[in-house]
Amino acid sequence: MAENNEKGQRAHTIVIAVENKSGVLARIAGLFSARGYNIDSLCVSETEDPSISKMTLTVKGDERILEQIYKQLNKLIDVIKVFDLTEGDFIDRELALVKVKTLNAAARQDIMQIASIFRAKVVDISRQSLTLEVAGKTSKVNAMIEMLKSYGIKEMIKTGKIAMAREFNQKK
Amino acid sequence: MTGAEIIVEALKKEGVDIIFGYPGGVLLPLCDKLYDSGIKVILVRHEQGAAHAADGYARSSGRVGVCMATSGPGATNLVTGIATAYMDSTPLVAITGQVATHLIGSDAFQEVDITGITRPITKHNYLIKDVKDITRTVKEAFYIAKSGRPGPVLIDLPVDVQRAECKFEYPDEIEIRSYKPTYEGHPLQIERAWKAIKEAKRPLLLVGGGVISSGASEQLRNFVEKTGIPVVFTLMGLGSISGDHPLALGMLGMHGTRYANYAVVESDLLIAVGCRFDDRITGKIETFAPNAKIIHIDIDPSSISKNIVVDIPIVGDAKNILSKLVENAEKLQIEAWIKKIMDWKEKHPLTYEKNGLKPQYIIEQLSGMLPDDAIICTEVGQNQMWTAQYYKFRKPRTLITSGGLGTMGFGFPAAIGAQIANPDKIVIDIAGDGSIQMNIQELATAVYNKLPVKIIILNNRCLGMVRQWQQLFYKKRYAFICLKDAEPDFVKLADAYDAIGYRVDSTEEFDKIIPRVLKEREKPVLVDCWICEEENVFPMVPAGASLDQMLEGLA
Repeated sequence: MAENNEKGQRAHTIVIAVENKSGVLARIAGLFSARGYNIDSLCVSETEDPSISKMTLTVKGDERILEQIYKQLNKLIDVIKVFDLTEGDFIDRELALVKVKTLNAAARQDIMQIASIFRAKVVDISRQSLTLEVAGKTSKVNAMIEMLKSYGIKEMIKTGKIAMAREFNQKK
Repeated sequence: MTGAEIIVEALKKEGVDIIFGYPGGVLLPLCDKLYDSGIKVILVRHEQGAAHAADGYARSSGRVGVCMATSGPGATNLVTGIATAYMDSTPLVAITGQVATHLIGSDAFQEVDITGITRPITKHNYLIKDVKDITRTVKEAFYIAKSGRPGPVLIDLPVDVQRAECKFEYPDEIEIRSYKPTYEGHPLQIERAWKAIKEAKRPLLLVGGGVISSGASEQLRNFVEKTGIPVVFTLMGLGSISGDHPLALGMLGMHGTRYANYAVVESDLLIAVGCRFDDRITGKIETFAPNAKIIHIDIDPSSISKNIVVDIPIVGDAKNILSKLVENAEKLQIEAWIKKIMDWKEKHPLTYEKNGLKPQYIIEQLSGMLPDDAIICTEVGQNQMWTAQYYKFRKPRTLITSGGLGTMGFGFPAAIGAQIANPDKIVIDIAGDGSIQMNIQELATAVYNKLPVKIIILNNRCLGMVRQWQQLFYKKRYAFICLKDAEPDFVKLADAYDAIGYRVDSTEEFDKIIPRVLKEREKPVLVDCWICEEENVFPMVPAGASLDQMLEGLA
């Protein structure tokens, strides 16, 4: 569906507060697949209230699709509230672990320098590789990954985005 | 009390006195407690029949229908019935047995993940793992099923939970923090709607099943009579006000009347109440009601601007909002519009060639002779469309039909449910010779329970609606539609079940037999009407065409 951004489609960051019960994730995922919406990333965890979980989703679509997603999510009995953060001011973070090849000492130096520019941490090291942990906005995480590609990425994993509205300057 | 006893008591608290069901291994503790509970259990002959019967019971009475089945195949046999109820927003509670909690996930005998399977076709569902959760779950299930936009709720009940012990405490009230349906329409939106109505030159009401499930018929009639706005109906909306009303234009859409479809195309303001703009009513979306502003009243926010973008949405209960609109209602100056519609009505009535025994004739005759409160169930296909076109539904809840899912085999078990809910009314299933064979086994249920359900088979010896599409769009290549070569003798079949069977081939025979059929009060009666094989449903808007591109009379 959402292959490109040319037809009024844009990425939205949605946070869903749900009952922390078994089967809720399946309900949300099932809704997206049944109605043909694509999820770009999804992150779930418990909140300060153990009976509530929060899911951060990034989805692409035009206004109408987003409106439907919002309404269909709200229709699920276990969904407590849906927030589309995209319209307001919000903080979002993602964490990535990247294992990069280090063929020689020079490469290792370079990579450590890149890590320090992106304020990434070295979390593991071997003769042939360095593993970096980087957190930040998706664009920053992606920029670092892009920089590391030429050295050869052995393995990479990302958490997907988590997001929260800012306390001040909220448009709502 | 055991879990099974708790369920029984909880059902009684919810006012349940009838369950349609079928027993089985892991349902035994519950069956045992139901046995002498005072709740009547109607034993069907296939679980699908139980779900449809509970659905027919619910639609005809406005109460929550209840069905039950055992785990595994019992539960999966309910699925079509649950999906049917979901698509047509029927309040239903389905109870399924499940294997013991410690066996769940082990592919045990007759184990199936029924909450997983029914997730997209229920309004909500539950797997109860602790006996302490039963009462709250039952309370929630009934509340969710009947409130807001109604729908089916499934409760999966493992056998060990049915046996476990716990004290019975039933909550008087429940509060679900994540579920708060909107009943009151927004006053500003109602004001905007009213302003648009007053300005309209060619206003038209489009009425769906939401008006019937919210019980808003009286409010709708008042609104129509005060303002003089004409009305078109979706299949599910038929009967919300009388089809005899001078401003009622019948059904719109694929098999709608010409005048209903013309009115939609020319209207400058469409006031849609309790409908969801299904593709069978809109035809080609881009050219639907091209000249109209659209007001959409619906209790489900997700129905609004899903298929058709609307100008003035009002989320809330149809009854509530229509009564608000009636308060300010005044006669509109739309004589020219009404005259135009009446001219269409006169020029393009529903017609058919009157030679031989025609299905349209059968429906017209029934419509003329049955009392206003007779309940008409249908199967799906040509029989359903002829009924929608030619029967004048005069009261809400008198048409019971699978509109959204289009389930063949729905009508007969639904008629059984409707007859049980309305023992003093005449209940008829208008069937095809294809559809009736999908749940024919329920004749046994009807006979055993002395239900005088009348089955009128419009028998054309083929799957008529499919045949019609093949004739019109597939170069008359009639693939897999012929039933002629192995058509059962339906009269003998009725006889075999100890029901009453007749066969008629002519209008004279039909006219002669029908009074006797309607008088029967003890046994189901089946009337096998051999109609013209090639009869088609017209008018017809081909799939994907605009509403004013109707085919006519190619029979």
